[in-house]
Amino acid sequence: MKPAPFTYHRASSIEDAIIHLDDNDMIARPLAGGQSLVPMLNLRLAPVNKLVDLGRIESLRRADEQNGRIVYGALLPHAAFEDGRVPDGSNGLMGFVGGQIAYRAVRTRGTIGGALCLADPAADWLMTVIALEGEMVLVGPRGRRSLAAADFVTGPYMTALDPAELLESVVIPRRPTTERWGHYKVTRKVGEYADSMAIALFDPESRKARLVVGAVDGAPLVLEKTAVEMGKGARAERLSAAIKHELAESGRSFSPAKLQLHLTAALRAIRNAGLL
Amino acid sequence: MKTEITLTINGKQRKAQVEPRQSLADLLREEMRLTATHLGCEHGVCGACTILLNGEPARACIALAITLDGSEVQTLEGLQDDALMSILKESFHEKHGLQCGFCTPGMLISSHDLLTRKPGLDEGQIRIAMSGNLCRCTGYQGIVRSIKAAADKWAEKAAASEGVSA
Repeated sequence: MKPAPFTYHRASSIEDAIIHLDDNDMIARPLAGGQSLVPMLNLRLAPVNKLVDLGRIESLRRADEQNGRIVYGALLPHAAFEDGRVPDGSNGLMGFVGGQIAYRAVRTRGTIGGALCLADPAADWLMTVIALEGEMVLVGPRGRRSLAAADFVTGPYMTALDPAELLESVVIPRRPTTERWGHYKVTRKVGEYADSMAIALFDPESRKARLVVGAVDGAPLVLEKTAVEMGKGARAERLSAAIKHELAESGRSFSPAKLQLHLTAALRAIRNAGLL
Repeated sequence: MKTEITLTINGKQRKAQVEPRQSLADLLREEMRLTATHLGCEHGVCGACTILLNGEPARACIALAITLDGSEVQTLEGLQDDALMSILKESFHEKHGLQCGFCTPGMLISSHDLLTRKPGLDEGQIRIAMSGNLCRCTGYQGIVRSIKAAADKWAEKAAASEGVSA
């Protein structure tokens, strides 16, 4: 046994989980798929006095579609996206992303909500739900609220979640079927966390574009000015300059090598979306 | 404080008293004496402890046993009479898919799952799909060749049995 001792509560419902997490006397943490938290417990890096297991709350494993918006329960595993077991409104982007997170034995257990709440800067879902203009539904002692995905992450491993508040679902609007996506990830080994990654979206009908760069030492960066250039049909040189400018403007201190890496990932994502 | 859980391990129902912090891997090895499941890194990186949990591959070192009450677990021991597993073991033997053998149980479980889900992959695709299992004897060439050979044999067998039934 590697972790330090802790107590365990198997939550029977979301309300029950919140009651057990709302505890000022001890460090209580929710357990989703455990693919990041349990390694941290094994390494004794995450202090926990009480683990509140969300695993048996069936409502968190559902996916529903309502008025062109798909609601994904926080406990859906990456493999559910990879295998196409949930509806897709992203022209296949979510299935692709779900299929390249870590390894199959991790994807069967790791969950979209758990990954989002950990908010690792290099995590795949964070960049993806921001690119897809998703919304996060949070539920806590003071009720339910929703937030734009881009406002949910506040920094590296930091989110807008209050103590005892849980992520209930991620809502992704159905994207236009004419939209094309491009994804690019720089990583030293298959399945590792990325050194850089980017998603580009471009709809040739409306000429609307979006570009998000991840693994940038904090929340993924949405490059809005570059997206405008993409929509106008700018060529590689102009896009490069725009990306560099926006990355520099972001206020994060990138080394020249990192800057080049992010620029390359962004350009390749744009190319994979069928532009350039 | 220990809690009683019930698991179906390799087809048999087993009860166990577990502490919240006890991993499935420790339960299997220390209490069930099912030692084919190996522990390497114990934080979900090396893949040596990969088992089948409710039919899907999972890392037993980062699965807390207490959370799995009612689940079905299959270890390498439970796949002794499995036709695909026999072909995989034969191929690992023939194509030098192991040297020290420490990573082999995880390699076998992962490749069993892979060939069940995705038959017909080429060597490059197998390499990517198996990237979650580490071998420190530098045996990847042999491992990938073994899995490819097993995939071909398994496909031949499937084609032959289809020919019989048709």
